[in-house]
Amino acid sequence: MSVLPAPFLLPVDWWALGAVLALSVGAMLLLLLEFLPARPGSSRAAVVALVALAASALAVTLARDARRTLFGGMFVHDGFAVFFTLLFCAIGAVAVLLSWDYVKRTRINHDEYYALLLCATLGMVLMAASNDLITVFLGLELMSLALYVLVGFRRNRLESNEAALKYFLLGAFASGFFLYGIALLYGATGTTNLARMAEFLAGSPLRADPLLLAGGLLLLVGFLFKVAAVPFHMWTPDAYEGAPTSVTAFMSAGAKAAAFAALLRFGLRALGGFPAEWVPVLGVVAMLTMTVGNVTALLQSNLKRMLAYSSIAHAGYVLVAVAAGGPDGASAALFYLAVYSVMNLGAFGVLTILGRGAQERVLMADVRGLGFRRPLVGLALAVFMISLGGIPPTAGFIGKVYVFATALKAGLLPLVIVGVLNSVVSVYYYLRVTVALYMQEPQGEPTEVSWAAPAAMAIVLALALTLWWGVQAGGLLEQAQRSVLGLL
Amino acid sequence: MNFPWLSWLVFLPLAGGVLLLATPAAADRWHRRWAMTVALAEFALSLPLWWRIIPWQPGWQLVEKRAWLPALGAQYYLGVDGISMLLVLLTTLITAVAILGAFGAVRERTREFYALLLALEAGMIGTFLALDLLLFYVFWEAMLIPMYLLIGAWGGQRRVYAAVKFFLYTMAGSVLMLVAILSLYFMQKGLTGIPTFELDAFYAMPLAPAAQVWLFLAFALAFAIKVPMFPFHTWLPDAHVEAPTAGSVILAAVLLKMGTYGFLRFAIPLFPTASVQFTPWIVALALIGIVYGALVSMVQPDLKKLVAYSSVSHLGFCMLGLYAMNPQGFAGSLMQMLSHGVSTGALFLLVGIVYERRHARLIADFGGLWKPLPVYSAIFLAVMLSSVGLPGTNGFVGEFLVLLGAFRANWWWAAIAATGVILSACYMLWMFQRVVFGPVTHEENRELKDLSLRERLVFAPLLILIFWMGLMPQPFIDRMQPALNRTIELSKQRAAAAAVMHAPPGAPFRLPTGGAR
Repeated sequence: MSVLPAPFLLPVDWWALGAVLALSVGAMLLLLLEFLPARPGSSRAAVVALVALAASALAVTLARDARRTLFGGMFVHDGFAVFFTLLFCAIGAVAVLLSWDYVKRTRINHDEYYALLLCATLGMVLMAASNDLITVFLGLELMSLALYVLVGFRRNRLESNEAALKYFLLGAFASGFFLYGIALLYGATGTTNLARMAEFLAGSPLRADPLLLAGGLLLLVGFLFKVAAVPFHMWTPDAYEGAPTSVTAFMSAGAKAAAFAALLRFGLRALGGFPAEWVPVLGVVAMLTMTVGNVTALLQSNLKRMLAYSSIAHAGYVLVAVAAGGPDGASAALFYLAVYSVMNLGAFGVLTILGRGAQERVLMADVRGLGFRRPLVGLALAVFMISLGGIPPTAGFIGKVYVFATALKAGLLPLVIVGVLNSVVSVYYYLRVTVALYMQEPQGEPTEVSWAAPAAMAIVLALALTLWWGVQAGGLLEQAQRSVLGLL
Repeated sequence: MNFPWLSWLVFLPLAGGVLLLATPAAADRWHRRWAMTVALAEFALSLPLWWRIIPWQPGWQLVEKRAWLPALGAQYYLGVDGISMLLVLLTTLITAVAILGAFGAVRERTREFYALLLALEAGMIGTFLALDLLLFYVFWEAMLIPMYLLIGAWGGQRRVYAAVKFFLYTMAGSVLMLVAILSLYFMQKGLTGIPTFELDAFYAMPLAPAAQVWLFLAFALAFAIKVPMFPFHTWLPDAHVEAPTAGSVILAAVLLKMGTYGFLRFAIPLFPTASVQFTPWIVALALIGIVYGALVSMVQPDLKKLVAYSSVSHLGFCMLGLYAMNPQGFAGSLMQMLSHGVSTGALFLLVGIVYERRHARLIADFGGLWKPLPVYSAIFLAVMLSSVGLPGTNGFVGEFLVLLGAFRANWWWAAIAATGVILSACYMLWMFQRVVFGPVTHEENRELKDLSLRERLVFAPLLILIFWMGLMPQPFIDRMQPALNRTIELSKQRAAAAAVMHAPPGAPFRLPTGGAR
């Protein structure tokens, strides 16, 4: 791969940048639109956001086979970036659809909401496509700052404020670690560019340099914070619970996938595969993350909190794939992230439509009897739970099989056994939701469902994909395998 | 053979169930009729297998093979032989009978109820027909969901507890089997370079004895929980007692057979050396199950629980027959699987019928039922005697062959197992005496209505089978024996191949060598 000799900004392949440009233009347009007052129930911001996301996805699809390095090697357009850009656009689009009615009901329908959503998506895309730790950091901060605001977007709710503050403080702390890690890595290798770092390390005795190891581990801390891995998961339940549910859906899928994307690129591109010293670290973190996430989720009665802990556990499963290392591990992680995003967006999506107006009906008791009263809503939630639990015939099962198969191939048998036992534990709390849905009668006032066309579309789409990938995952599997080829 | 017979068998009930979900919720009469039509069509579709399968032809028949997950090498691979053909026929018959039997019992949410029953049928048939281990696992696990919902949503008082326990027990057993399947896959891939989950490829792969032990244990745990063998049986009484009648019938008649089928198809031929090595343990557990199940049955005040524990005892016979590892034992085991399916299915239906009328299941609530319910009692008598294993009924053939096989392997086994036969006569006859004979002890039982035409139709095929299998078992044995003999032959060959392997060709798992690959 050719790195430009000098940081000349030109010539720029605008097609390869199309996705980023579309998102930036969309976000700025939304901010400008604020000058034109709109009706309170207007959907124009959502439409603009959706168009920006669609344009971004289109641009990246049109240029999907191209391989480019731009901005002096800081930004790459390769299969890996294309995979994640499409994933983030899809996550963003589903989040917009879920927000469409939700923000109106909860009276946070401001254009800034969608502008921030686009900014966060842009940050995610940048993280997946950057070939330089500085750009990774820029993407990370762009995503995080937008998310901090989005989490606290329901200003008049105390929980929302608390969540935003907690997320921000801990996130800022993690960013510090991340930057310090970059500094140490720069000290060890003399560059922040991943490609040049790889060249420097190739065959160099400095691979065992403690400075490099320390820098790498600090960087890892920053990533682990963003993916909500134990022991850096403390913010997750509060932030997920306090945030508007549509934002929770968005960040639980997007932020996690973005951090994993950057971590995988760093590990495979700069380090040429995770060093042997990292594997036990990643393995132990994965075990802890799965176990703590699942065991704590058992005790939750609030579905948002339960899904927050479940998302921690799912980060653990992805970490199993990361620990397996190599292109196999990376493609398993990609596959799992796509599957996880779909089913998790679906699960949170169902939560966004529970309750009338601004009320939140997200307790376990609130979904009692919903399965027979609202068959489609119940079916959707049940299928997402079954898929999150990794039970066939759903996408979650194929994802887990692929992840565990990869880990087994890499000789990580203990990790696999802990993983499969964890999925048995997790099934208990996912089943509790189906118990509430189908086997219990509602107590008190039954939960109303705010069924709106855009959210319904998003949920049905997620449902269809969850089932489709459960029986026909071949295409996605090959896509994931092909996408990581360029990293090595 | 171009007609994808087996795919139709798997997907017809599934499609029927999905279509059912699209109907309006209130039309319960139509739900029943539709479900019955689909189940009958399915039965009609499965019936020709009886003639089409050529028993002595080696290998799988009516094979369908298509790429499923090419990136992993998993295939959509279905096939049938004499063993699975009989179990598929049992499944289609029992499902139709269970649906017909549920007409009176299930009055609400009929749409979902019948849709789940049909989905369950698809899962069960898929499990018996799958010849790709990943596909088998998918069916094996997916089938849990409809059963879980059937128990949990239409069950009795403690239905939620029973449903969750059923699901978690089975799942906990199965996940390690998944790890074992994946290990087998990588060993196979390492050996031949071809990634595949095909059962034939695993049959052809020599396995060192040391590797067999762990893989066998992982498979055996999954199947032993499903059978259920003695210490893993505690989910069974709960699930049976709380499930709606149709659920209990299918659970007893078909789901339990998946455990024994798993041993027969996978655990024994894939890991014959380990199977032999663990034979004393498994036989001990089977014998404990036979005697313990019978003793516990004897003291049950609840009819459904009694039948549930009798299943533990009868399935012990199936396991004993399998681990006798000779043709008689195998044939007896499979005969016992079929006849337990028919007899116990019928017993659960009989209990369900009095429960529907009286909302009581305790033995003490009945007595002298012969007077108000002569037809019912006569059928009950026949079914009860077949469950006891009276010569001339289906139960006798299976038990006799199992005992014969066990005797050939070790006469002690047969001696202990034979006490189970005696005990089963004790608890069944005693129960029957208290429920049916004597004067009518409860006034409310005097007015009970005897079987309706529909209910008689439910029992007709089961009674025919009870006597057919009892008086003329040869057509059944003829169809199963060649496939069973081939399984024994294969196990022997694989055990011999394992015996000459000194160094394992690639230990099951490589040690971690670091992540940089």
